[in-house]
Amino acid sequence: MDQIVLRHVTKRFTTKTLGDIVAVDDFNLNVQEGECFSFLGPSGCGKSTTLRMIAGFEDLSEGEIELCGRPVSVKSKNLYVPPEDRGLGMVFQAFAVWPHMNVFENVAFPLRIQKMNRADIDKKVADALRHTNLTGLEKVYPSDLSGGQQQRIALARAIVTQPKVMLLDEPLSNLDPKLRESMRFEIKELQRKFNFTIIFVTHDQSEAMAISDRMMVCDMGRIMQIDTPENLYNKPVNRFVHSFLGESTFLNVVVKDGQVYAEGDLEHPLGLDIPDGAAEKMVVATRPNSIELTGGSDGYRTHVEKRIFLTDRTEYLVPVGGQMLKVQTPHRISFAEGESCCVKLESPMWYPAEDEQAEKERLRRQLI
Amino acid sequence: MKFGVRKNKDLAAIDGRRISLDGAMTVLSFVLLVIIVVIPVFMIIYHAFFYEGHFSPELFTSQLLDPGNLASMWNTIQIAFWVTLFGTIMGVFYAWLLGRSDIPAKGLMRALFNIPYMFPPFLGAMAWDLLLNGRSGYLNRWLVDTFNLSGAPFNINSLGGIVFVELSYYFPFVFMQVVSALERMDPTLEECARIAGAKQLTVIRKITLPLVLPAISAGALLILISSLAHFGVPSILGFSQGIYTLPTKIYATISRSGGSFEGIRQGAALSIMLVVVVAVALIIQKKVLSAGSYDIIKGKSMRPTLIKLRGARIPLFILAVTTLVLIVIVPLVMIFLVGLVRAYGLPLIPENFTLNNYVKVFESSGTFDSIKNSLFVSISAGVVCMFLGTLIAYVVQKIKPRGKGVLEVLSVLPYSIPGTVLAIGVILAWSGGLFGISLYNTIWIILVAYLARYLSFSMKSSSAALLQVHPSLEEAARTCGASHTESLKDITLPLIRPAMVSGFFLIFLPAMREVTTSVLLYGPYTRTLGVQIYSLRDAGMMPQAAALGSVAILLIIVCNTIVTQITKDRKGV
Repeated sequence: MDQIVLRHVTKRFTTKTLGDIVAVDDFNLNVQEGECFSFLGPSGCGKSTTLRMIAGFEDLSEGEIELCGRPVSVKSKNLYVPPEDRGLGMVFQAFAVWPHMNVFENVAFPLRIQKMNRADIDKKVADALRHTNLTGLEKVYPSDLSGGQQQRIALARAIVTQPKVMLLDEPLSNLDPKLRESMRFEIKELQRKFNFTIIFVTHDQSEAMAISDRMMVCDMGRIMQIDTPENLYNKPVNRFVHSFLGESTFLNVVVKDGQVYAEGDLEHPLGLDIPDGAAEKMVVATRPNSIELTGGSDGYRTHVEKRIFLTDRTEYLVPVGGQMLKVQTPHRISFAEGESCCVKLESPMWYPAEDEQAEKERLRRQLI
Repeated sequence: MKFGVRKNKDLAAIDGRRISLDGAMTVLSFVLLVIIVVIPVFMIIYHAFFYEGHFSPELFTSQLLDPGNLASMWNTIQIAFWVTLFGTIMGVFYAWLLGRSDIPAKGLMRALFNIPYMFPPFLGAMAWDLLLNGRSGYLNRWLVDTFNLSGAPFNINSLGGIVFVELSYYFPFVFMQVVSALERMDPTLEECARIAGAKQLTVIRKITLPLVLPAISAGALLILISSLAHFGVPSILGFSQGIYTLPTKIYATISRSGGSFEGIRQGAALSIMLVVVVAVALIIQKKVLSAGSYDIIKGKSMRPTLIKLRGARIPLFILAVTTLVLIVIVPLVMIFLVGLVRAYGLPLIPENFTLNNYVKVFESSGTFDSIKNSLFVSISAGVVCMFLGTLIAYVVQKIKPRGKGVLEVLSVLPYSIPGTVLAIGVILAWSGGLFGISLYNTIWIILVAYLARYLSFSMKSSSAALLQVHPSLEEAARTCGASHTESLKDITLPLIRPAMVSGFFLIFLPAMREVTTSVLLYGPYTRTLGVQIYSLRDAGMMPQAAALGSVAILLIIVCNTIVTQITKDRKGV
């Protein structure tokens, strides 16, 4: 069953310095019950705005949102359910634990608002604290606790009412890397126990990959692709998604007389198959670790410009035409700087040549 | 899942069709500010230029061209200029000395340097008048007797004397601002310059001073506004010599006319002159100091490297101690001693001491009435402003309606309007002229004036605290099921409570010693503590005035100690 549905959701802002901005442009989205769904993208891509519209902190400019089959924001009917009546759990980037309340009071707050009786509150809070490993800290104030513990308070406060939908707004970005990894597991563990749907907002692709069933990659207010982490990595629909997930290396190419040449060297073909409908100028994208680097004569003949030793592999910068190709190989394949070699691209992805307009728009948005 | 259990009474600002809590608060803020601020200001302008409903600028032009008024305007400007100039130099110098050098007894000196800030300046003026009055000052007479001089060597009843006394009470404005800026400044900025090869003095000139410039200019601005509007010192030191400033001229004009409407109208015209002087001064200062403002002063306090004064350490220490003795100890001791003397003019020796003045002061019902009145208006003004200021701060910082700039300006405006002017505005507005409401000669008219005068104090205090409350704290409460009202009540208010309390005391303490506004507004039964001391002295009962002054100082010190105890250890922001 679709638990969260977004239909044609659009949000426009007017800024003083840069004019109108479409922060969220016609988002359509279905999130299933029990799913862990990530919003992934660089800052300013619209992911946080979308989350805040789902939570009810932002109005919509157009479109509608449904939670558990019930419309909560419908612009055309001017329907708007305030955040407190949407029955959500939410964890904020800066934790948002209340400094004037101790751990128990923080977690008990949602229940007290519901006017629940004392005994039930005690029981439910104790339960939530046990699941988040905070038992014994009831009387402590947040300022005396570490970042990880404060984040657990925020989690306990969000699960104590057992909501069906949990919104997580970059909840791990204020934690150190080690802690981040273990909190990831704790969140998944809580999801398994309480069986809620998660919307997880992050700009960290590895975090999103590790935690999500499906994810949405967006950029400049548009949805780029929605798919499983595996498909997103293996079949990115455009250059942006390719570069955003994992490491990428790009080559501007020219298609001429049934052959593919690197821009800057129209004499030695790259030996690639041309896909249907390729224009004259294209970009091929591939992962640095899926490029073959050999000493033989199979592929494009060039030399090693620079060799960089990384911990688990070696990276080479190899000139192809006027461009630099990034190649990563296991340590056992070793070339010295200046040594001649051959590169062969294994089934790369093909994208249209760069769009200057899009680049300008990205720069403009970064100023906001 | 539970949905829509409660009917949402107050949607957030998103749903504009119903009367929301936010909307109500916004409208309320505007209405209250119009009543408290806009009406009095409007009444002054109206009465200065209009007479019985038609435009008549004759009064204003005649007041403007009156040589006496022009002289007092010139006096006001001169005094303010010198007080600001010397006060800034003195404040920066001592702030640097106590904040960055290895001068001894820093903690104690810092505490003492803050005393002038609590001490009512007109009491200081009284003390210096007792010491250095051109004819009968104790110190003057002693100097004449000892050195066989033909005339008094000092005369405090002069422009220079007024500047000197005001200076000693206003330089802490700059001092305190700069000390705290120096404390918050990242010391590595200075260390970096040393590494780059700059000498100590170059570092002070090129790095430290420019970085604390915003603090200096903020403090200087406070001195300038306060000095232009100051009433107490020039009235005590200047009247006997016929030296008037605009505020004292306004007071003299009105009291000479016996509170008649004509006198108040003349006062209104003079008020316009004073406001123009203040406005022009503010504009000039802004031009002069707009050189640059930086925001690299960090909030974290770090331990700066102290500069070794070496040979200059002891001389500078002696200088600092002398300054302290002169501006803090001498006036304080003087007031206490004169409060003990049997009759004004007798030498200050133990044989002449008596507690009779205190007995007399406390026997008169006027004393208790004045203390009672002062406590009543100060506490009421503090409480009302605390809530009103927080309301406006919330509207400005969190709701951000259209016209929030107007709201901000309106609430801070009375701060740059001299107290004397405000008093006239309040008289014109609330003594029957408008809607038939007459508060004249009642305690309420003083309260209304205090509300306007001190509102910005509590608003600034609450504003700063609200800025610290991250929006996600309220949003977290909303997702937890709390309505807008509930999240305000349970999250935001408890978090800014300490700031509200300190806002209260920021108003209560100066209101307790206030004299400028109440001296124009008091009626037969509504004298405030300041007014009572002022009139005792006016009636020639100097020792009794000094005795009551001592009581006032003790009261202020006790209140201040309580405040520091309360605000020392607090939770929240």
